[in-house]
Amino acid sequence: MPRRSKWKLSNLYLIAVFVILYAPIFYLMYYSFNSGGSMHEFEGFTLEWYQEVFADTRLLIIVLNTFVIALLSALISTILGVLGALAIHGMRRMRPKQTLLTLNNVLIVSPDVVIGASFLILFTIVGIKLGFVSVLMSHIAFSVPIVVIMVLPKLQEMSSTLIDAARDLGASSWQVLTKVVLPFIKPGIFAGFFMALTYSLDDFAVTFFVTGNGFSTLSVEIYSRARQGVSLSINALSTLIFLFTIVLVIGYYFINRRNSKPVAKEGR
Amino acid sequence: MTNRSRTVYLIPYVAWIVLFVVAPILLIGYYSFFDVEGNFTLANYEKFFTSVYLRMTLSSFWYAFLITAFSLLVAYPTAYLLTKAKHKQLWLLLIILPSWINLLLKAYAFIGLFGTYGFVNAVLEAIGIGNKQILFTDFSFVFVSVYIFIPFMILPIYNALEEMNPSLVLAARDLGASAWTTFRRVIFPLTIGGVKAGCMAVFIPALSLFMITRLIAGNRVITLGTAIEQHFLVTQDWGMGATIAVFLVIIMAIMMLLTGNRKRGLIDAQKK
Repeated sequence: MPRRSKWKLSNLYLIAVFVILYAPIFYLMYYSFNSGGSMHEFEGFTLEWYQEVFADTRLLIIVLNTFVIALLSALISTILGVLGALAIHGMRRMRPKQTLLTLNNVLIVSPDVVIGASFLILFTIVGIKLGFVSVLMSHIAFSVPIVVIMVLPKLQEMSSTLIDAARDLGASSWQVLTKVVLPFIKPGIFAGFFMALTYSLDDFAVTFFVTGNGFSTLSVEIYSRARQGVSLSINALSTLIFLFTIVLVIGYYFINRRNSKPVAKEGR
Repeated sequence: MTNRSRTVYLIPYVAWIVLFVVAPILLIGYYSFFDVEGNFTLANYEKFFTSVYLRMTLSSFWYAFLITAFSLLVAYPTAYLLTKAKHKQLWLLLIILPSWINLLLKAYAFIGLFGTYGFVNAVLEAIGIGNKQILFTDFSFVFVSVYIFIPFMILPIYNALEEMNPSLVLAARDLGASAWTTFRRVIFPLTIGGVKAGCMAVFIPALSLFMITRLIAGNRVITLGTAIEQHFLVTQDWGMGATIAVFLVIIMAIMMLLTGNRKRGLIDAQKK
């Protein structure tokens, strides 16, 4: 009997945490259908806020910007990150390897404001105009270490006998890389690309510093709109973003499952 | 891999490190020695040690501490119960999912929830407490921050709990330890790594929050992050902003040294 009540209590706690985590999100979504125009007193069902979102060309351009930045930065940072992981993995001496790994992690642990501020200084000194290029470069910059961290464990998992075997059979270094190493670490590369994508889509603080006038991403746009108060087109937009995020998460989940399957097989 | 190909891999990566890791840190340090007119000076550091800035640093620390403490208080039981739950992978995914939603949207949702006519006030009204000012208070700031950081606290603790050998708990109970003693002497010490990692993942970002202070706390709360943003983007006093950033970096380094085994925590926190 006491066990039963304990079970109930623990489930209740989990459900409470769960509800609090989701309540704000569903609150937003619910009012995106409100014809009343405010986030209280639901007057009637309407889709006009969605129409407004789709009619707002400025907003659509910003959405496009955000995706272009995210895809490009994820792609480039994945390439850089894979090269970095290969370089770190190839190092024999512990000392420089450790240094490189520490430097790699600096951007991950640094607070966003510090990254943003230091990049702002960097771009100003080098003379890069704030806008698309500066935002893209900073997104690449902070995504690279994440890709490295996702790829490195896969490289460490790979047995060196595989490479030895390939070389014995006469493969060139290029063939070893493209036919043996890259296929083996592919799940790590995908995971890294995915993380980079979500980091870029999610970023606000760094972008806010380096965005300048005239160029904007979704986060920055939502911030400036939210500072002016509630407008239900933001709700409509966030509902759309939420649905998109869920699709992304499901995608990530399946990539992860694919990742873990071969490992499970090895375990047997 | 031959030496030559390794160097080829190394070049772009090291170039990235030099350009976007080393150079920015040096630039922040360099700029902290200049005033608004561009003269070399130590005045920024002098200014940082005046009571205005010290009080701000202290209050920023206090808020970060509160946020971390409350996150831990909520996250530990959640993580513990998660490891005990059926379908725990699904539960975990559901708990982590909100952390993938754009931060701005979550903050924006709270503007609606906590507003004068918002849902929370409607509930307060209904149960007879009456309308309260919730938005733009310390409470709303801490609450929203905790809300945003909780998944990052749950994950490392959950991982630490999963790694723990359950037979140790059973052994403790067999030897007559009460549930509380088992927790205090066995479970908690064994998962302290996860707790540290979680605290790291919450404390430093909490020090540097600036968007939430503006949207939710209505400029009432000034964290180190808000101050940096203010100096860089509003008053254009980059020197002072850089000085505060230098201190933030130093604090971060100290924290990392203190909490140790940082790498694992980092990766855990990054897994989201």
